[in-house]
Amino acid sequence: MRIVVLVKPVPDATGQERLRPDGRLDRTAAAPVLNGADEYTLEAALRLVDAHGGEVTLVAMAPADGRDALRKGLAMGATRAILVTDDLLAGSCALSTMQVLAAVLRTIEFDLVLAGADSADGGGGVVGAGIATLLELPLVSGAAAIEEAGEGAIRVRRLVGTGEETVEATLPALVVGTQLLGEPRYPTLKGIMGARAKEVAVRTLADLGLAGTRIGGDAATTLVLAQRGPAARSAGRVVREAPDVAAREIVDFLVERRAVR
Amino acid sequence: MTGAIWAVAELGPDGLPTRLSFEAATVARALATAAGSASAVIVAAAAPDAAATALASYAPRVIVVRLPADAGASNVATAGAVAIAAAAEQPEILLMGATPDGREAAGILAARLGRGVLGNATGLAWSEGGDGAAAGPRVEMSVLGGRALTTSAFADGHGIVTLRPGAVTAAPGDATGTIQELAIPAAFASGVRVVGRADAATRTASIEEAPIVVAGGRGLGGPDGVALLEELAGALGGAVASTRAAVDAGWLPFAVQVGQTGKTIRPAVYVGIGVSGAIQHRVGMQDAGTIVAINRDPDAPLAEHADLYVIGDLFEIVPAVVAALRARAT
Repeated sequence: MRIVVLVKPVPDATGQERLRPDGRLDRTAAAPVLNGADEYTLEAALRLVDAHGGEVTLVAMAPADGRDALRKGLAMGATRAILVTDDLLAGSCALSTMQVLAAVLRTIEFDLVLAGADSADGGGGVVGAGIATLLELPLVSGAAAIEEAGEGAIRVRRLVGTGEETVEATLPALVVGTQLLGEPRYPTLKGIMGARAKEVAVRTLADLGLAGTRIGGDAATTLVLAQRGPAARSAGRVVREAPDVAAREIVDFLVERRAVR
Repeated sequence: MTGAIWAVAELGPDGLPTRLSFEAATVARALATAAGSASAVIVAAAAPDAAATALASYAPRVIVVRLPADAGASNVATAGAVAIAAAAEQPEILLMGATPDGREAAGILAARLGRGVLGNATGLAWSEGGDGAAAGPRVEMSVLGGRALTTSAFADGHGIVTLRPGAVTAAPGDATGTIQELAIPAAFASGVRVVGRADAATRTASIEEAPIVVAGGRGLGGPDGVALLEELAGALGGAVASTRAAVDAGWLPFAVQVGQTGKTIRPAVYVGIGVSGAIQHRVGMQDAGTIVAINRDPDAPLAEHADLYVIGDLFEIVPAVVAALRARAT
């Protein structure tokens, strides 16, 4: 199966991440790493290929230093990567991101596209569904397990409000995954060495035929007007008492906060 | 004049709107009042009538789209129907919950309508412009896992907003709204077909809707700790939630995991037992109204975020709390 995994380089969650005064991400504050949710979908893709053969292509839209984050995905076992990077994309909105990634998918052949549930930085969680819509692909989200279901179809166990359901989708299709797809593998030493030789193809908007279109930072549909740090929570009370005394303190506090009548 | 503001309803397993749907309807009404425009709620479902009646108390106009029964459970079909209605009437703003289904719908609508999306709003207000953007809603959002709060706008005033639970308190309107059925051509060739369903073993209250949430972490230690967690949740009338560690250990289901890759909740009261409060968990619960924690470790990260932090053995303290709560109830 030819699988595309959409990945996003995001700032490493070290506590140093921040926005610039203009509300855009300060990319100098924290090194880019592979978005956590995307590692689960990559793991699912690698398991499918391990079992049935095929190849995994990573596709990302990011500044040029996002290449380092893609290396990890290649070390885990992806076959190749495509990185769309262009100065015109700085400050892009979610709509532009969908349009650019959809444009990449139009240039390659695939059976299955996998997307993470959301990104650790922006976290809107809308891009996967948007790309499926733009490309008119069958869309399955909340995936907990993915398996082949004969020629040209997959079976997906997915989470829904009432529990779980199992669906079959005809390929090509787009699946949005969850953490239940399985613990991402660690890159082996061999994988890390091998990743150096793998191709990271760089594409610009012009390469995708999108130059001059209403796309990227200048065409952003959304803009940040102001930003601030989170409101500090006032210091709480600490209790260190015998269990029955502590229990009484907890109940009294819950009564005071009207959680208990 | 500003175009209409729509809320998109999401229905629970009982076929009635979720609490978040009423909150979205309330926000839509408030924004429309401020903007001098109209608001509506749209409900697209196979059996929309009970939900439409309930929503009419919260919106001056309820738009009903009756989906074919076989598409009834599909959120993709729901979003497709909303997109058709929105393409016809061109509302200025579409609001929906920042839930898995709401986010999926927002992505579909953004692509179909060519609109921008502002996700995970924690507050909305109307602006007449002059603050760097066109007249329209100003959307407060929490980004970078809660490390920054931003105020954003749509460049041309048009857009889609997903709303976090608890951004507003749902309040009915002054008058009951009109219910209007809209005929949408039934063409939903999704390429996806349902071949099996398994309802959750226990139909627990949705943790995103519950006013009281009791979460357990690694400190639960195993099934005995989980039993205590469930007892405490029962005594408080709250929903059970989990950290990533307790899900990975197989003690609690992923459906109740709070935090990065799990759910974001904003209950009035959050009680954490055996929860250290790693940043990956905090991003999902830090906006709770009141935070209470019971933990052996005096230096766990949650200590800095709790309104009441009790240091001690949860296996001793939780039974005492449950006993005290039961004594009060009798």
